[in-house]
Amino acid sequence: MVNVLEAVNINKYFTDPVSFHVLRDITFNIKKGEFVSIMGKSGCGKSTLLYVLSTMDTDYTGELYLSGDRLTGRSGKELSAVRNSEIGFIFQFHYLLPEFSVLQNVMLPALKLARKSTAQIKDDAMHKLELLGIGDQAGKLASRISGGQKQRVAIARALINEPTIIMADEPTGNLDSKNSENVFNILRKLSHEQHLSLLVVTHDHDFAEKTDRIITMEDGRIIS
Amino acid sequence: MNWPVILSISKTHLLSRLKQSSIAALGVTFGIGTFITLVSFMTGLNHLLDNLILDRTPHVHLYNEIKPSEQQPVELLEKFAEGINIVHSVKPRQNQERIHNALPILEHLRKDARVRGVTPQVRAQVFYVAGSIKLNGIINGVDVMEEVRLFNLGDYIVSGEPQDLARNDNGILLGAGIAKKMSLDIGDKVQITTASGDLFQLKVVGLYQSGLAEIDNVQSYTNLKTAQRILGEGNSYITDVNLKLHDLEEAEPMSRELSKQYNLTAIDIKTANAQFETGTSIRNIITYAVSITLLIVAGFGIYNILNMMIYEKMNDIAILKATGFSGRDVKMIFISQAMLIGVVGGVIGLIFGYLISVLIDHTPFETEALPTIKTFPVNFNPVYYLIGIGFAVASTFFAGYLPARRAERIDPVEIIRGQ
Ligand SMILES: Nc1ncnc2c1ncn2[C@@H]1O[C@H](COP(=O)(O)OP(=O)(O)OP(=O)(O)O)[C@@H](O)[C@H]1O
Ligand SMILES: [Mg+2]
Repeated sequence: MVNVLEAVNINKYFTDPVSFHVLRDITFNIKKGEFVSIMGKSGCGKSTLLYVLSTMDTDYTGELYLSGDRLTGRSGKELSAVRNSEIGFIFQFHYLLPEFSVLQNVMLPALKLARKSTAQIKDDAMHKLELLGIGDQAGKLASRISGGQKQRVAIARALINEPTIIMADEPTGNLDSKNSENVFNILRKLSHEQHLSLLVVTHDHDFAEKTDRIITMEDGRIIS
Repeated sequence: MNWPVILSISKTHLLSRLKQSSIAALGVTFGIGTFITLVSFMTGLNHLLDNLILDRTPHVHLYNEIKPSEQQPVELLEKFAEGINIVHSVKPRQNQERIHNALPILEHLRKDARVRGVTPQVRAQVFYVAGSIKLNGIINGVDVMEEVRLFNLGDYIVSGEPQDLARNDNGILLGAGIAKKMSLDIGDKVQITTASGDLFQLKVVGLYQSGLAEIDNVQSYTNLKTAQRILGEGNSYITDVNLKLHDLEEAEPMSRELSKQYNLTAIDIKTANAQFETGTSIRNIITYAVSITLLIVAGFGIYNILNMMIYEKMNDIAILKATGFSGRDVKMIFISQAMLIGVVGGVIGLIFGYLISVLIDHTPFETEALPTIKTFPVNFNPVYYLIGIGFAVASTFFAGYLPARRAERIDPVEIIRGQ
């Protein structure tokens, strides 16, 4: 099986206010179609790791590979392009652009990629929204829908460019158990049907139990 | 760079803050509108004043000045060459006002490539006779159609047509001041006498008003031939030669050259009207200084509003960066917002400036001194509209650049963590 994501010996320090070794010798990989969860106590470095893996944070030592290509040391512009086409990111807080419609929010990363015509992107975006059961909300402003709906819009946006991996930081942290179940099912389905790789940080034991593999962290280290 | 997306994002940002965006654009509108109004009016005024003096002033004026000989006869004698010779009561040399060999000189000047046109004049001292009163006057014998073509004489003919004079060898274009004093109008006859006492009767075919009272009270125009006849001279008698050149800058060197070549006095337009250039450049400086000040104020407004906008839009910036927009894309989103404000505000400013200029152009402005002017002068030169929009775009670009660069450098991780 191909390694979609590979982290080799990742170390990261915070220097402000005091020097603090936040990620210690992180080495692991994720295979194609694998659904992996990361668990660990609050403050152990899960989010920090996810920011490094998603290429947004470049201040680390070690090496990072995506589908075999080395990402470490690339320019900001190249990394933007990688994030645009290869990585879908779902935040804990449903980060949408509030002045744009739900549909526009989903379309934006694809418009930036500009690999398809606007009409086709619109069709794709509608299709993703329907897949997530919120096709009827497409025309609304992103600030005018509920939290669970926002989370699903964010998932649709992460999917729009058909990335190789989706990373999510506590995607169900703000949702009730029913919505949280719903989001899990959607992610599960994506990994099964589209062989999408998923890396999800979560505090929810029930959620983690249902994934293919659990990575447990403690004090900046992977312990299992 | 993917412009359609970037522009659609900045458009949405601007429209969702319509009030702030409009206020920023209004600042630009105000600056550009004022610039257009000021510059149109000021340059209109400049043109008017320039025309008043410069357009009818010959670029080079050749004449024979009556002056004492530079060398007195005693200085030519070898016997006294060593001594200090003092001559009292020096009189002007017996000299004619006429330009010697005028016709060949005219011929020669007409062939010069630098010259656009040459007009000969005959200046005659006369008296206008009104009953027992004789009014001092000057008659200028001219080729009237050439004077109209080269020196805009037509603008100062307040009644009658220049053709009427051209056709009539007994016609006179009477100075408006004289006509008023003598209660004369078109069609009336005027009697003039020369210094030597000859009496002539001429028909008033038009009135001439320059706007300068001391000229209008003495000067009239006739045809060359008429003036020559009044003086009892033949057709080679010419007292003044006026030149209009293709390039004003040639006036000074050419006048020096002609003065030497023909042994005549030559006055160029710059020497004659040095003070006008100063006035023009001071008015230009005022116009640009006021406009630039207004635009700088508008620029600060845009700078502030964009800075605020970026502060409010931190989340958006982080999301855009997380989903694959580069720092440059984000910078362009904000620069394009500034420039959209600049272009929209600037174009509206041009329209307002134009409308106000039209209004000024239709405001009545009548004065005795300027017979051809009925309304305030306004210059509708499109170049100023281009400069105006250029100003607007440049100043908003600079106002937007610093905030946009800040947005470019925002670290998305810091924002996302901050939630
Ligand atoms: N900008 C920063 N400067 C210094 N230290 C930081 C900074 N950001 C985070 N930290 C520290 O790094 C450690 C890891 O933080 P991180 O956000 O990765 O934890 P986490 O595992 O995601 O916790 P949670 O489960 O509560 O989200 C924490 O101890 C935190 O205090
Ligand atoms: Mg976290």
